[in-house]
Amino acid sequence: MTVARQVGVVVFPGSNCDRDTYNAFGSVLHQKVKFLWHKDTSLDGVDVVVLPGGFSYGDYLRSGAIARFSPIMNEVKKFADRGGIVLGICNGFQVLVEAGILPGALVKNENLKFVCRHVYIRVENTETPFTSQMKKGQVLKVPIAHGDGNFYADDDTLKRLQDNDEIVFRYSTSAGETTRTANPNGSLDNIAGVVNRRRNVLGMMPHPERASEQILGSASGVMVLKSVIESLN
Amino acid sequence: MFKARIEVTLKAKILDPQGKAIESSLHNLGFLNVSRVRTGKNIELFVEVATLDDAVSAVRLACEKLLANPVTEEYESELFSADGISLARFSSRDKSPRSAEKAE
Repeated sequence: MTVARQVGVVVFPGSNCDRDTYNAFGSVLHQKVKFLWHKDTSLDGVDVVVLPGGFSYGDYLRSGAIARFSPIMNEVKKFADRGGIVLGICNGFQVLVEAGILPGALVKNENLKFVCRHVYIRVENTETPFTSQMKKGQVLKVPIAHGDGNFYADDDTLKRLQDNDEIVFRYSTSAGETTRTANPNGSLDNIAGVVNRRRNVLGMMPHPERASEQILGSASGVMVLKSVIESLN
Repeated sequence: MFKARIEVTLKAKILDPQGKAIESSLHNLGFLNVSRVRTGKNIELFVEVATLDDAVSAVRLACEKLLANPVTEEYESELFSADGISLARFSSRDKSPRSAEKAE
């Protein structure tokens, strides 16, 4: 890694993984990180935007439904339209689908439970800025912590995601088998993360920032963040 | 001034785990003839516009932009006068649903 990049972490009222994300990009990957407040009307020249996990606006109405109308989201949308790299983690993913920046929806987990544990996800597409440092089929161990992570899309959208290789991560066993029992929330086709067609916006329910150091139980998630930084160099 | 009552429900194709949990609870209580329990949200609001048409368009827009997610949900609404007389009913099924802002 040559030049330190400027990462912007958006803070909504109710975000709670903003500091984890800050730590992973800052202390672990030695990048410059700044928080962007949801009321800001400028991204302040950042190279990457992260929408972190949490419970923006208390998940009122639907997860992410209110946050998508925050002033900063206009700028995030423009940034994404210009090809800027946007990573939405957990609640950040929910905000991106509510905003229509990513397809589909995240509905209540099939088993109705809030699921908080480490899961395995298989890398399906390495031709994205978020997975460039990985191998296709590689399995990452990352935690999930959500009640509304059940990915849904109508049949046409799902087919488009499959045909265009927009599914980046699928829930799997540690051996990389995408079985039904490896699916923690009922997501269609074991989908854990998707990109837009241009591949500059990724939404994923698992938390790579919470798997950024061995002391946290796994360091394999940091590969996602590292890939993002490398893709800018 | 009009009052709107809006009911937002999951589309029939979408699994409603809350409905399923309620259903199994009802079965445990002995209501064995109960089936197909579905849940939803009820939203009430007042809208200050001159005509009923304006009220219908305002509420419809609010439903489509925020109150219901067109990917997973449907809505039905009933409008009332300030003194509670029912004036109009409409739903997301009245016309072809708004094409969701498609992500590229």
